[in-house]
Amino acid sequence: METTLTAPKNIAASTPGNTTNISGSQAVLEAFMAEGVDTIFGYPGGAIMPIYDALYDYNNELTHILVRHEQGAIHAAQGYARSSGKTGVVFATSGPGATNLVTGLADAMIDSTPLVCVTGQVFAHLLGTDAFQEVDVINITTPITKWNYQITDATEIPHVLAKAFYIARTGRPGPVLIDITKNAQLQKFDYEGYKKCEHIRSYRPKPIVRKEYIEQAAQLINEAKKPFVLFGQGVILGRAENEFKAFIEKANLPAAWTLLGLSALPTDHPLNVGMLGMHGNYGPNVLTNECDVLIAVGMRFDDRVTGRLDKYAKQAKIIHLDIDPAEIDKNVQTTVPVWGDCKETLPMLTKLLQPNQNKEWIEKFSAFAQKEYDIVIHEELNPSTEIMTMGEVIKTLNELTNGDAIIVTDVGQHQMVACRYAKFNQSKSNITSGGAGTMGFGLPAAIGAKFGAPNRTVVAIIGDGGFQMTLQELGTIMQFNVNVKILILNNRFLGMVRQWQQLFNDKRYSFVDITSPNFVQLAKAYSIEANSIDKRTDLKNALQTMLNHNGSYLLEVMVGKENNVFPMVPQGCSVAEIRLQ
Amino acid sequence: MKQEFTITVYTENQIGLLNRIAIIFSRRKINIESLNTSPSESEGIHRFTIVINETEDVVRKLCRQIEKQVEVLKAYYNTEDEIVWQELAMYKVSTEAIAEKVKVERLLREYGARAVVIRKDYTVFETSGHREETDRLVKFLEPYGLIEFVRSARVAIIKSSHGFHEKLKEFEQTEPGEEVIENEYLSKQAEVFTM
Repeated sequence: METTLTAPKNIAASTPGNTTNISGSQAVLEAFMAEGVDTIFGYPGGAIMPIYDALYDYNNELTHILVRHEQGAIHAAQGYARSSGKTGVVFATSGPGATNLVTGLADAMIDSTPLVCVTGQVFAHLLGTDAFQEVDVINITTPITKWNYQITDATEIPHVLAKAFYIARTGRPGPVLIDITKNAQLQKFDYEGYKKCEHIRSYRPKPIVRKEYIEQAAQLINEAKKPFVLFGQGVILGRAENEFKAFIEKANLPAAWTLLGLSALPTDHPLNVGMLGMHGNYGPNVLTNECDVLIAVGMRFDDRVTGRLDKYAKQAKIIHLDIDPAEIDKNVQTTVPVWGDCKETLPMLTKLLQPNQNKEWIEKFSAFAQKEYDIVIHEELNPSTEIMTMGEVIKTLNELTNGDAIIVTDVGQHQMVACRYAKFNQSKSNITSGGAGTMGFGLPAAIGAKFGAPNRTVVAIIGDGGFQMTLQELGTIMQFNVNVKILILNNRFLGMVRQWQQLFNDKRYSFVDITSPNFVQLAKAYSIEANSIDKRTDLKNALQTMLNHNGSYLLEVMVGKENNVFPMVPQGCSVAEIRLQ
Repeated sequence: MKQEFTITVYTENQIGLLNRIAIIFSRRKINIESLNTSPSESEGIHRFTIVINETEDVVRKLCRQIEKQVEVLKAYYNTEDEIVWQELAMYKVSTEAIAEKVKVERLLREYGARAVVIRKDYTVFETSGHREETDRLVKFLEPYGLIEFVRSARVAIIKSSHGFHEKLKEFEQTEPGEEVIENEYLSKQAEVFTM
């Protein structure tokens, strides 16, 4: 095993074998340095004060972003992780500081985002006494963390943090929470250096690849007349974008993406046939129930993708590539399971594929795409009325960014429209709350995304409802001059719920009519340039001004109040029953 | 079809792991009929024995979720005929009632009971066996006034298991052999892989 020893900062470099006396808090920051952390999102408080005190001396090496709410910190860390491919890091204090992380942990858990969250905790001798700001954060977060651990003794800190980073980023990534009691943060101990974790005997990040299944999968694909590939975030998390492209290109396999798989394959790629699921594209949904071999790569057959399970792809043989053995057969019965990291399994599979054309089959997707364009897309992108649509805003944005921007979305109608129509040229460009559907995710995640990819343009597309859930993070943007472009698509409704109420509840619009503050004045109060438009003629210029502006910018676009997102697979229906209107 | 399954989980000995495993069941609203934690044949490795009533499909998925936990090494599930199992039960009765009205000798012989404590005021018997056996003694003692009764969780030995020693050695290696991550499809290939 490779041993990495680093000398603690501000302490004379120790010769091997020597130890230095440091505090638990310093050990935490030493661990971050050794793990290559550059940015921490956090908020101080009583029980984490010793760590913040130590942080004062690490100001040159570690950037700390003071958010306005701990939920903002964790969503920012998620955005950072998703745009950079690195592990996001969060500090929060005990009690309410820690409980404010809960939504973000649940979100990161279901969207497999690598995070290490460090929370302060009351002194060990006060545990269980209902001390001030004591909350049982370990038990609260157990179901929504990949791993969590409470440290009560400083000597545990180096190896527990090494384990935390190892677990968070390996295998199927996920959030890890480390709760450190205040006495452990203060305690001085003999530090022997930091050793990265490379093996935990009870934890196998990657299942062993079985060659026989690769062979069987290849045979199925080679014999298929109508093969269809579904890909998810596994391709991005596995950094297997190139391997994936080579795989589908070798045998001309049409490929459709899940919400989180978006941007793993460029939008313009000829084999990219669009989006799966409830508001996905027409062809991919209908043809799921016509293909003969379904090849799922790094996705988990979420109910929003499958619709009614007992009518999902029953005619097809299913090949499922996944790194998490628990995903195989969880929702959809697999014919050939290909356990393993798709970075390894895809090239093995590609090697065995015979070149194929699948011409007629791919043409079928084009025919469905044309029908969807005629009935839905054309009007959405080129409205015949004066009222602006979300789709045309995204279309105009595409023209100006050329698909090079990182698009962060919140949750709701604007999210579906943005994911359907935004153009992407490179991976890790679409950041959205998929599995959890967390409203309020967008703004803080965009802040984090900018820190994770400082050279890229970050556009946060947010609804009027979701924006009001975490708008306090405008303060973070102001204080740290974070250059994010905030695009509010305001339909003066909680649009997605309203759409469901219209379609399924007889237009009984129950508490979806939401009023908003003057977003322009609000932004200006935070010294953020802003504009609001409601006319199509202003759209292109307004977007261009937003993108050209040197610094953060908020643009509100007033869109149709009662526009709906189509196509739609109604809940409880088969994917083949997708409605175009 | 729901039936009784005994799940055996080999784990690290770690605070909080019991909760991590228990919530896998409670999240799916599955009742745990019996749960026991104990040391195992391998030093430092803990063993959970969990009994639930569920379909095999659900139990298989539960085991995968359990095995996914960082500190879990392995989870097995077995039907009743694949294991040897026991439960321990203790019974407290009034010594006076027992001594006068019951032929204690018969009790000990027929029910395999042992007297653990005999005091003037009460006697504690103990027996072990399957549920029906420990229940039978409850029925027998009830008419004489059963002051306290308690039964332990199930402990079970897997008939076909060769123990965990060899497996553990593989887990400890950085590059595990194929034994460690068993692919259940491999053994059931004919059934599962239908081409």
